[in-house]
Amino acid sequence: MKTNTHQFIKNVFKTIMVSALFSSTVIAAQSNVATLRGDAKLDSQGNTAAIPSVLNKDIKQARNYPMQPPVIPHKTRNYEVNLNSNKCMSCHSRTRTEESQAPMVSVTHYMDRDGNFLADVSPRRYFCNQCHATQSDVKPLVENNFVDMHSLMKAKISAKK
Amino acid sequence: MKEIIKIGWQTLRKPSAYFSLGFLVIGGFIAGIIFWGGFNTALEATNTEEFCISCHEMENNVYEELKTTIHFSNRSGVRATCPDCHVPHKWTDKIARKMQASKEVWGKIFGTINTREKFLAHRKQLAQNEWRRLKANDSLECRNCHNFDYMDFTSQSSRAAKQHSTSLASGDKTCIDCHKGIAHQLPDMKGVEGWH
Ligand code: HEC
Ligand code: HEC
Ligand code: HEC
Ligand code: HEC
Repeated sequence: MKTNTHQFIKNVFKTIMVSALFSSTVIAAQSNVATLRGDAKLDSQGNTAAIPSVLNKDIKQARNYPMQPPVIPHKTRNYEVNLNSNKCMSCHSRTRTEESQAPMVSVTHYMDRDGNFLADVSPRRYFCNQCHATQSDVKPLVENNFVDMHSLMKAKISAKK
Repeated sequence: MKEIIKIGWQTLRKPSAYFSLGFLVIGGFIAGIIFWGGFNTALEATNTEEFCISCHEMENNVYEELKTTIHFSNRSGVRATCPDCHVPHKWTDKIARKMQASKEVWGKIFGTINTREKFLAHRKQLAQNEWRRLKANDSLECRNCHNFDYMDFTSQSSRAAKQHSTSLASGDKTCIDCHKGIAHQLPDMKGVEGWH
């Protein structure tokens, strides 16, 4: 009986120690994790940043890698893309570009997954905003070390010399 | 019966023996003012957004959608209400439009669009009526607020300035040709000119 009680108390003590240790690591980890709430307490509202306005300069931006879907250089507020209508295609479709002088969607958009050409835009490419996004002039939320292939090759060539 | 009609007719035909001409002219003038004023007041009362959305058909569909657009809330706080876009401001046009509006009362009684499903089924037809009207009057309602003569192309986006200084300036196109669906969601656009 005595040893049992002793054992029990020991166990309880151990558990408390371990869980204290564990929760302190969790807390430490928590403050390093980037969250949208920041350090705001659970029962209060975090500070919300102002909504940045969308760039509307109509000037094409360079692509960061050859296959990057080009970013949208204008506002798209209230542009509907759904079963009934596709506002983007009212300027960017093959038949509309003469009037709109907008760039035509790439021919890949008229291909199915097996590379067959279709008469109309492929269903898998219909929802433009799945790949194309409007831009805002803001500080990036996370750091990005991406180096594009072009710069890599340049660095390699100059290193050889 | 026949006698009564006969007497009535004769009274109307006979020149007035009891009232002076002056009285009749002035009396008629005053009565005219009263009728005209009453008519105008009735028109004004139906020319408000509250009146339009007193019908659930209008409130639950088009009004709800309008709320999310730039014509409901924007940086300058200028709002467009239903009658701004749908009832012409000029007198003659106004009356013509009101005559057409009695069709809506008819629709209300017979419930042509009294559910969301029925509304969506009818939407293309209703939208087409509006497009036709705005095309015919060269987008009069839009121009009541957006005056082409005072558009500053330099402060518009280049897409906008390009289209406005060409097709719009030459009169080739009018606002509604390029700006469909600025206030409500669009119906099925298959077959509509300028749409994919
Ligand atoms: C009595 C209820 C009621 C009121 C009030 C009402 N509407 Fe309607 N509205 C309807 C119905 C029902 C229809 C569908 C008529 C039809 O089937 O052609 C309709 C159709 C319309 C259409 C489509 C017109 C067309 O030519 O097809 C417009 C635009 C419209 N309403 C705008 C307005 C505006 C603006 C007001 C306020 C000035 C208003 N409505 C007030 C019930 C109403
Ligand atoms: C009651 C006045 C009024 C009427 C009528 C009106 N508008 Fe507007 N419109 C405005 C205001 C106010 C704005 C927002 C201006 C701002 O703050 O940038 C606006 C904005 C717009 C925009 C800019 C959209 C954007 O996202 O930048 C377009 C396009 C437009 N209106 C087209 C139309 C068309 C087409 C019609 C006719 C069917 C029309 N307007 C009728 C007042 C009006
Ligand atoms: C030939 C097509 C065309 C016609 C006609 C046209 N617009 Fe536009 N408009 C555009 C395009 C394209 C844009 C920019 C894209 C957008 O806002 O969707 C634009 C943008 C606008 C804007 C926002 C300005 C900005 O800097 O982006 C307003 C306001 C506007 N139009 C009002 C009108 C009015 C009012 C009329 C009729 C008097 C009209 N438009 C006729 C094509 C047209
Ligand atoms: C800025 C202008 C504008 C305002 C404000 C506006 N409408 Fe419209 N409305 C239009 C245009 C343009 C159409 C033609 C269809 C389209 O392009 O979306 C239309 C279409 C409609 C239709 C036909 C069905 C449809 O959706 O196409 C109804 C009904 C209607 N409007 C009712 C209203 C009512 C009720 C209000 C007020 C709550 C209102 N509208 C406010 C411009 C406007």
